[in-house]
Amino acid sequence: MPPREGIYGLLAEFNTPTELVEATEAARHAGYRRMECYTPYPVEEAAEALHFHKTRVPLVCLLGGLMGVTTAYLMETWINVWAYPLNIAGRPLFSWPAFIIPAYEWTILFAGLSAAFGMIALNGMPQLYHPVFNAPNFRNGATTDKFFLCLEAVDPQFSLTETRKFLEQFPAVSVVEVDH
Amino acid sequence: MATKVPLNDPMIDPRTGEYAVIAPGHNFKSVTQKIAGIVLTSNTPLGWFFGLMLGGAVATGVVIGCTWLFLKGVGIWGVTIPGAWGFAIINFVWWIGIGHAGTLISAILLLFKQTWRNSINRFAEAMTIFAVVCAGTFPLIHVGRPWLAYWLFPYPNTMNVWPQFRSPLAWDVFAVSTYATISIVFWYVGMIPDFGTLRDRATMPFAKYMYGLLSLGWRGSTRHWIRYESASLLLAGLSTPLVLSVHTVISFDFAVAALAGWHTTIFPPYFVAGAIYSGFAMVLTLAIPIRKFYHLEDMVTLRHLDNMAKVMLGTGGIVAYGYGMEVFMSWYSASHWEFFMMWNRMFGPMGWAYWILILTNIAIPLTSLWSRKLRVNVTYLFVLSLIVNTGMWFERFVIVVTSLYRDYLPSSWGTYRATKWDYMIYVGTMGLFTFLFFLFVRFLPMIPMSEIRMMLPQTKVKRGGSDAASVVEERV
Repeated sequence: MPPREGIYGLLAEFNTPTELVEATEAARHAGYRRMECYTPYPVEEAAEALHFHKTRVPLVCLLGGLMGVTTAYLMETWINVWAYPLNIAGRPLFSWPAFIIPAYEWTILFAGLSAAFGMIALNGMPQLYHPVFNAPNFRNGATTDKFFLCLEAVDPQFSLTETRKFLEQFPAVSVVEVDH
Repeated sequence: MATKVPLNDPMIDPRTGEYAVIAPGHNFKSVTQKIAGIVLTSNTPLGWFFGLMLGGAVATGVVIGCTWLFLKGVGIWGVTIPGAWGFAIINFVWWIGIGHAGTLISAILLLFKQTWRNSINRFAEAMTIFAVVCAGTFPLIHVGRPWLAYWLFPYPNTMNVWPQFRSPLAWDVFAVSTYATISIVFWYVGMIPDFGTLRDRATMPFAKYMYGLLSLGWRGSTRHWIRYESASLLLAGLSTPLVLSVHTVISFDFAVAALAGWHTTIFPPYFVAGAIYSGFAMVLTLAIPIRKFYHLEDMVTLRHLDNMAKVMLGTGGIVAYGYGMEVFMSWYSASHWEFFMMWNRMFGPMGWAYWILILTNIAIPLTSLWSRKLRVNVTYLFVLSLIVNTGMWFERFVIVVTSLYRDYLPSSWGTYRATKWDYMIYVGTMGLFTFLFFLFVRFLPMIPMSEIRMMLPQTKVKRGGSDAASVVEERV
C-alpha cells in the first residue's frame, strides 16, 4: 500500500505524443518502472514504451462467454426436459438444435457484459479520486490535447531533485509535483 | 470519377479524389471544443426546444394510445382473425431493423477498420438504442396482458410454468433483450472517455458532478486505454454476430410458421439486409439535419454521406435480390398456395402496397444511387432516406398482412384494416424516438471526441533515430 500522504510523483506535460513516447522510453531506459502516461486518446506506442502489452480483458470475456453458453443451455435443457416438459408437435423434449439459439444469445450477453465490466474492474474504476487530478494543469489537458508522463514516488529510483532534472531535459511544457 | 468534382474544393483529398473524412485545419483542441461545446453550452438553441417539444407532443400518442389499449384491450386495434399480426409486429420489425445500422456502424465497420465511421458512430448507436426502445414497446403491448409481459422470461414462480424454448417467440425474447443490453453497454463504454472530457471542461458544478460520476473517474491512463481498446474490440466482435442474429431470429418468427410467403429459407439474410438498408436510411435522415443545425459539416462530411449511400446501394441490391427470389420461388416451388400468395400480393386487394414497396425500395433508390452527383447531394439523400424508410415499412406490411389475410382456406379469408389507435401508437413512437434523440444531442457527446482525435494527422508518433527496438528489453 503506497503512502497516502506526501508526494505522489512528478508529472511532465508534453504537447505531442512523439515527445511523450520519447520521454517514456528514456525513463524506462534510465531504470524507472513505476510510471504512467496519460493521453487524450489511446497511444499504443506509449503502452509499448511502458512495456504494457498484456491485458486480461479477453480472458475475462472468454470466461463470461463460456459461462453464458453453459448457463443458457443447461437452463433450457432442465426447463424443457425436467421442470416443465411439453409435447410440442411430437418433437423430442431435448430439442437440442432449437436450444442453440437462446444459448448463442446468452453467450454474447455474458461475454459482452464481462468484457465491459471486466475492463472497468481491471481499470480500478469507478475511482473518482486520483492524485493526478491534483496537478493544476492535468484536467486542463489530459482529456483534451495534452500528453502527460507521471513518474511515481514509489519507484525506488525516484528522487525529487534527480527525477525533476531527468524530466526537464525533455521538451516538456512543465514538470509539476503531484501531491496525494 | 474524381475528375467530375471541382479540383479546388478544400474538402477533397488531392491524392485520392475522395472527400475528406474530417476537414483540414482541425487540431485536438478544436474538435474537442466543437463537440463538447454543443453539450456544455449555456445557451441552448431555440430550435432544440422546438424539436424536443414537437417530439414530446407527438409522443403523447403512445401514452394516450397505450392507456386506452390497457383499458379496452387489443380489440381497439385492427388485429383480428386471420390477420392476427398487424401494426404492432410491422412496427416492431421496422424499428428494430432501423436500429441495426447503428450496430453495423459501431461494430462491423470498426472491425473492418473503416475509420470514417468514427464521426457518425455515436449517434448511430444512440439511434439503435432509441429504435430498440420503440421496437420493444410493441411486442410488450401486443401480448394482450402487458402487465404479465415478464412471463416471457424464465424465472422461478409458484405456478411452476416455464418458457418453451422450441418457439421462435421465446428466442426473440432472448435475442432482443440481449441486443438492447449489449447496445446500451457498448454505447456507454464508448462514452466513458468523452465523459471525462466533459467533466474536465464543464464549468457548471452540477454538470461537473454528473459527468464526473458518469466518467467513473476516467483519467486517460495508458494502461486503462489499452484495456479499454481491448474491451471495445471485443464488444465490436460480439456485436457483429449479435446484430446478424437478431434480425435472423426475428425472421424465424415468420419463417418457422407454415404459411405461404413466410415459410422460406431466404428470410434471415433478406431480413438482415433490409434492416441495414433501412437503418442507414435512418442514419441519413438524422445526420443530415443535425450536421446542418449544429454546423458539423467538418466532421460529418460528404464522404460519410457518400459512403452511407453506397452501403444503401449494396444492401438495397440484396433486398432486391430477395424480392426477386421470392417471386421466382413462388413459381419454381410449383406450390399452388405459394403461387396464389404471390399473385394476391401483387394484384390482390392490397396489391397497391406491393407496388409502393417496389417503387420506394427498388425503383427510386437503386436507379439513382449509382450517381455520385446524387450521392453527395444532401437534399436528395434526405428525401431518399425518407422514401426508403417508407418503403421498408411497406415491406413489413406486405410480409405480415398479405400472407395472413388470405391463407389456405378461402372460407377463412378476411381482411386487415388498421384503426386510428394503430396509427396513433405508431406515429407516437416516432415522436418518442425524436424526443429521446433531442435529449441525446443536448446532453451527451454526439460525436466520439477521443475517436475523432485519432483521425487527425497530429496523432502519429514520429520515430527518430532511436526507437523501441534499441531500448534494452528489461523485465520487472
